[in-house]
Amino acid sequence: MTPVLEARNLVRDYYIPGSLLKKGKTVHAVKGVSFSVEQGKTLAIVGESGCGKSTLARIVTMIDPATSGDMLIDGQKVDIAKEKLTPEMRQKVQIVFQNPYGTLNPRKKIGDILTEPLIINTRMKADDRRDKAMAMLKKVGLEEKHYARYPHMFSGGQRQRIAIARALMLNPRLLVLDEPVSALDLSVQAQVLNLLADLQDEFQLTYVFISHDLSVVRYIADDVMVMYYGEAVEYGSREDVFSSPQHNYTQTLFAATPRADIDSIKARLARKAAA
Amino acid sequence: MALLEIENLAVEFQTSTGPFRAVDGVSLKVDAGEVLAIVGESGSGKSVSMLAAMGLLPWTAKVTADKLLFNGIDLLGMSPSDRRKIVGKDIAMIFQEPVASLNPCFTVGFQIEEVLRIHLGLDKAARRARAIELFELVGIPNPEERLGHYPHQMSGGQCQRVMIAIALSCNPKLLIADEPTTALDVTIQKQILDLLMRLQAEHGMGLIIITHNMGVVAETADRVIVQYKGRKIEEADVLSLFESPKSPYTRALLSALPDNATGDRLPTIAEFLSDDQIFAGAVR
Amino acid sequence: MAVVDTNAVPPSGVAPPSGLAEFWFYFSRNKGAVIGLAVFLVILLLAVFAPIVSPHSPSIQNRDVLLLPPAWSEGGQFTYMLGTDPVGRDILTRLIYGARFSLFIGLVVVSISVISGVMIGLVAGYFRGRTDTIIMRIMDIILAFPSLLLALVLVAVLGPGLLNAMIAISLVNLPHFVRLTRAAVMTERTKDYVIASKVAGAGTTRIMFLTILPNCLAPLIVQATLAFSAAILDAAALGFLGMGAQPPTPEWGTMLAEAREFIQRAWWVVTFPGLAILITVLAINLMGDGLRDALDPKLKRS
Repeated sequence: MTPVLEARNLVRDYYIPGSLLKKGKTVHAVKGVSFSVEQGKTLAIVGESGCGKSTLARIVTMIDPATSGDMLIDGQKVDIAKEKLTPEMRQKVQIVFQNPYGTLNPRKKIGDILTEPLIINTRMKADDRRDKAMAMLKKVGLEEKHYARYPHMFSGGQRQRIAIARALMLNPRLLVLDEPVSALDLSVQAQVLNLLADLQDEFQLTYVFISHDLSVVRYIADDVMVMYYGEAVEYGSREDVFSSPQHNYTQTLFAATPRADIDSIKARLARKAAA
Repeated sequence: MALLEIENLAVEFQTSTGPFRAVDGVSLKVDAGEVLAIVGESGSGKSVSMLAAMGLLPWTAKVTADKLLFNGIDLLGMSPSDRRKIVGKDIAMIFQEPVASLNPCFTVGFQIEEVLRIHLGLDKAARRARAIELFELVGIPNPEERLGHYPHQMSGGQCQRVMIAIALSCNPKLLIADEPTTALDVTIQKQILDLLMRLQAEHGMGLIIITHNMGVVAETADRVIVQYKGRKIEEADVLSLFESPKSPYTRALLSALPDNATGDRLPTIAEFLSDDQIFAGAVR
Repeated sequence: MAVVDTNAVPPSGVAPPSGLAEFWFYFSRNKGAVIGLAVFLVILLLAVFAPIVSPHSPSIQNRDVLLLPPAWSEGGQFTYMLGTDPVGRDILTRLIYGARFSLFIGLVVVSISVISGVMIGLVAGYFRGRTDTIIMRIMDIILAFPSLLLALVLVAVLGPGLLNAMIAISLVNLPHFVRLTRAAVMTERTKDYVIASKVAGAGTTRIMFLTILPNCLAPLIVQATLAFSAAILDAAALGFLGMGAQPPTPEWGTMLAEAREFIQRAWWVVTFPGLAILITVLAINLMGDGLRDALDPKLKRS
């Protein structure tokens, strides 16, 4: 079966122009990354700041073009540098951002934010649009009365739900989630993760989930890719990567993650008493 | 005598919707050499309570407490000029966003030397020597060169080290760290936490770590206080808290950790707890 | 099942204030702004109901009452409350009708400046690159001239008169709005919600006008209020120099021009139009200050 998303040797370079005093230089944000994701699965991309994961997210969402390499969505090659995106292709990949406080237009009501993708891409009548938006709003756990409110009246977790609802309005095949729960509290994080799992089951969605939080990754991922300075240093199934990480950096990452289990606490307290 | 003793602290803000109680009846004690973690989600009032103790809240905040003592001295009734002599010297604080916490217009050397000049009254040569000594203490390589750098030229982790150096410059008895590693990468986070713990052990300081990350709590704390919407819900030593949490809210928090997930859906607090139930289940 | 969001807003079970109520809370904290608003509303009402409110006609000359002093001075009459001018017209009436002109001038100038300034600023801020550079250099050239001088030159080219004065003042105010809009657009265009609209397939026009523009309005509203008062001042200045509204139009600046030679003999012919300009401009500026406090989130104090 064709994977929903396939990337072959994606490269992204930024050229920073020089000025009178400095020479221009090229930043290699993504240095040849390859992976694929099947329908209904979740690929987690893990890395720290500067590793290129957000740049990769923008390439997959077709916001920025890749400098070289191929990207195939549902088997079809996409290159936004060469040709303009068709509306059909545009609808296939949607994105949810990290910061819930900047992701919704502060001057628009929730209903308008949700119906905007429909207005742009379909010829549905106003009533149909409203019905569809209302249905999606309820599906992400909000209520009818929220439809006519403004974003500043909602909490971070609620805004992320609205952002997820917006991303799903066009029935995408692939959802890119750029650290969607990093800015949320623990209990809210749990709610949003549950919601994402429910939606994935119901709509057979494919996720590319970017995160730096290994405990979240271990929980939701089917496959894991670890990025470091623009390169994919580890790529495999969740079980493989977590049980036997191959690369040095992955091992460092695992070792650095704070552990919240009883045995680690006992060990630490014992070390302290002995000192 | 406890280093910091707070009893029944309450902070009320004037907002456009009326008065808002950010902290409601919180009491805590920290001894010298002890690490206390205050854990809670956003809106729990954990940062506000510490800012209130330091006297760093804006004029719209009304702070009341039965007791707010530092080493037996009453912080609440102090005049601002007296408080300034203690805050920054005997009690120090580091904040969440390291790059934003430093003044972007001045070099880091100037900023650390400023603290030394105001609180310790050292002369120029002594200040520079002490600044270099502090930078070495927090693990900043090439301290002589770094003193002349600006915050925007340094990474987040290095800025946080500078903040720790500034906080430690006058050998404080109590250090309050407000989400010190939340804005940092995981590997840098580990380095900063290790640094904080090492310095705490070496200097015998009291350390209060404010965080929402249970992993950080597990790796650093001796005792833990759990807060929710301005009230204290539970207080226990770290092992008891994780092994046998007494209040329903703490149990719900721990079970929401992805690491503790049992099924393929995470239990959420909303599924079985309302605000009233949470407050009712508080274990003082 | 009620969803308990632990960082839910609002804090106590009170519904969040509607936009207008919240705006008024912050606006009313500035006492000067409230006074300014009250005075401005009085002037507005007087201007709107001028024919009903004024005791006389603004243009009919009465040879019997040339240069009558104000009612409270010796020789004054109560029917001519603030006295009369050299050709026997009631000053109070002319002031009230003059308010019409001043408010009209302010409105037209601000409308032209805002609409064209916002358009140009949007284009410059959104497209950046060469377009931006060219536009901003032209704006810099306009800004390099002292505003009144440039307005004078334009009016000299176009010919004296109220309409040409308004066009000139609009052009002089244009760069301020272009700069403001451009700065706001540059800040907003990299934000997530704009990218989200792009990912939903929105085209350039939709993003510029429907997504970004509504978020740039706060500083524009403040600037528009201040430009209103500046326009009144500039029109009065042009009128005083004889390049704006022409006599017998009862525009305050023109009234000042006509009264120049009477400063010693009949102080009221000069003072009252001057006071009218002062009070109106002050009221609008105070209002603008209050607007800035209410609309600029960074200044919110709680």
